[in-house]
Amino acid sequence: MLASRAMRRLVLLLAAVVLAVSAAGCGGSKKSSSGTTTGTTAQACTKSNLHLVHSGQLTIGTGNPAYPPWFAGGTKSSYWKVDDPNNGQGYESAVAYEVAKQLGFSKPEVKWVAVGFNPSIAPGPKNYDFNIQQVSFNPQRAKAVGFSRSYFQENQSVVGLQGTPITSAKTFADLQKYKLGAEVGTTSYDYIVNNIKPSQKPQVYDTLNDAITALKNHQIDGLVTDFPGAYYIADVQLSNGVIVGRLPTIGAEEHFGMTLEKGNQLVDCLNRALATLKQDGTLQQLEQKWITGKAKAPLITQS
Amino acid sequence: MDHGQGESPADHAVVAAAGGRGSRILGGATGARPVAIALFSTIVFFGAIVVVVVTSPGWPAVREAFFNGGIFKQSFPEIARAFLLNIRIFLIAEAVILPFALFIAVLRSLPGPVFFPMRALAIGYTDLFRGVPTILVIFILGFGAPALQLSGVPISPLFWGIVALVLVYAAYVAEVYRAGIESVHPSQEAAARSLGLTRFQSLRFVVVPQAVRRVVPPLLNDFIGLQKDSALVALIGPIEAFRQAQIDEAATFNFTPYLATALLFLLITIPLARFTDWLIARDRRRQLAGRGT
Repeated sequence: MLASRAMRRLVLLLAAVVLAVSAAGCGGSKKSSSGTTTGTTAQACTKSNLHLVHSGQLTIGTGNPAYPPWFAGGTKSSYWKVDDPNNGQGYESAVAYEVAKQLGFSKPEVKWVAVGFNPSIAPGPKNYDFNIQQVSFNPQRAKAVGFSRSYFQENQSVVGLQGTPITSAKTFADLQKYKLGAEVGTTSYDYIVNNIKPSQKPQVYDTLNDAITALKNHQIDGLVTDFPGAYYIADVQLSNGVIVGRLPTIGAEEHFGMTLEKGNQLVDCLNRALATLKQDGTLQQLEQKWITGKAKAPLITQS
Repeated sequence: MDHGQGESPADHAVVAAAGGRGSRILGGATGARPVAIALFSTIVFFGAIVVVVVTSPGWPAVREAFFNGGIFKQSFPEIARAFLLNIRIFLIAEAVILPFALFIAVLRSLPGPVFFPMRALAIGYTDLFRGVPTILVIFILGFGAPALQLSGVPISPLFWGIVALVLVYAAYVAEVYRAGIESVHPSQEAAARSLGLTRFQSLRFVVVPQAVRRVVPPLLNDFIGLQKDSALVALIGPIEAFRQAQIDEAATFNFTPYLATALLFLLITIPLARFTDWLIARDRRRQLAGRGT
C-alpha cells in the first residue's frame, strides 16, 4: 500500500535526523575536568605546578588597542597599534609582569593576547591564563568568570569637550540634563542609569572609541568612563577634551580585578601574588608611577 | 486538484505555498487519514528533537542561560519599550524607501540616449548601496556625516541611522520595482501611447500600476529584512531592543533577554510573512483564473 511505504520512508528519515542531532549533541558538550585540586600553598603556585593554557608560558589577555595609563611607552607593533604590552610599561603591564615574577616567570615567558572587553567577562573557556583590562568587579560578573582580588581602586568620571556647557557641571543635578554616553556592558553605563539618572536616554556604544567619536561629533555631551583612562581620552584622543569631574563612589567601592575562566584555580596564586605586592608597597609605587592627576580633577557631588 | 492523489505525502510535505483546494501544507490530500499521518509525523519529529535536546548533558546549563523565566519576566517590559524605537525606525524608513526607490527605478527605466546620465546615476546608486554592507553604511553616515560639523546638518544618530537604512534598502527595492516594470509587456506602453498618452502618462497610469501590483510580495520581503536590520542602528548609539537586551545580558550573563528580543521581532515579522504568502497565493489564483476575478 502506497501510504505505508510513505510512512516507512518518513520513519527512516526521522531516525536519520534523530541520529544526526544526537551525534552533534554529544560531540560538543564534553568538558575536560579542571584537574586536581591545588591548594594555595606556595608550592602549588610554582611555575611547574600551574595548569596553563600553554605550559611553561604565562598567557595574559588585554584589550587591543591597549591605552595609557594602563599600557604606555608608545612602543608600537603591527599588532599592538597604540602601546605594546610586552614592554612592561603602564600600570597594568607593570602589575602583570610583577605578578608573573611572583609566579616564577621571566619576562620572555609572558605572552600577551588581545581580548575584547565583553568576551573577557563572559562565561566559557578562555585562550589566556588571566585577563587584565580594567574589569570592575561585580557580583554578577563573578558568577560568570573568576576574579582576582583588587589591583586598583577606581572611580568613574565624566569627559566633555572644552567650551561646552557640561564642563561647568558640579553636581548630579547639573549632569542630569545632558546626553551621556558609555560603552556597552560597563559599570560606567550602570553608573549613569542607577546613580546619575539623566533625563535623556543615554547612548551606548560597542567600543570606547565609538563613544569618543560620538563625543567628538557632539552626539553626546559627556562620556562616562573609568577615571584614570579619562586623562588619555581627554588629552590625547580628543585634543579639546576636558575631564568634567570624577564621580563619587556610591555603594560598594569599585575595584579592578584580573579575570579568568570560572573555576580556574590559578586565581588563588594570583591573589597570593597580589597580596604580596600590596604588602610590600609595589602596587602603590606603580600607581604613583603610572597614574597621575587624581588630585587635579574636581569631584562631582551627589547634590 | 492539480496533482496526483497517488503521490506520497512526504513528497509534498515541503511544499509550503498554499493555494488550490485542500491544504498544500498537508501534502495536498484531503480526508482524515493524511491529517492523522501529518499529525503523527509532526509529533514524532519535533518530539524527537525536544527529547534529544532536553536529555543532552548541557541542557540544564542551556535552560538556565537561555530560558530563564525570571529573567525573561524581568527584562521583557524594558526590551518591549525599546522595541518601540525599532518600530519607529522601520516605519519611517519604509515610508521614505517606497517612493524613493520607485523614483530610482523609473530613472533607470527611462529609454533613449538623452536619459543616459539619469540611467547611469540610478545604476551607480544601486550598485553602490547594494554592494556595501549595511553595517558599514550605518557607521560611515552615523559617525562620519556629523563629523563634518556643517551647520544645518543633523547630528542625531537616529536620523543618520534611518538615512543609512533608506539608502541601502531603496537600492534593493528599486531593483524589485525595475523587475516589475520590465515584466509589463511593451505592448502595454505601445497601446497607451497609441491612445495619445504621453510617455510619462503611460508610465504613470499604465505601466507602474501593473508593475507595482506584481511586486508587492517581494516588496514585503524587503520590508521584513528592513525590520530586522533596524537593530543595526544601535551601533551608533540609540538603545533599541537588541541593545537593551545586550545591556541586560551584560548585567546578568544570561542570554534570555536575547530570546525576548527575538520573540518581539517574530511577533512582527511572522504575520507579515504569512500575509505575503497569502498575497502570492491570491495572485496565483487570479492568474490561473485568467485574471480579472
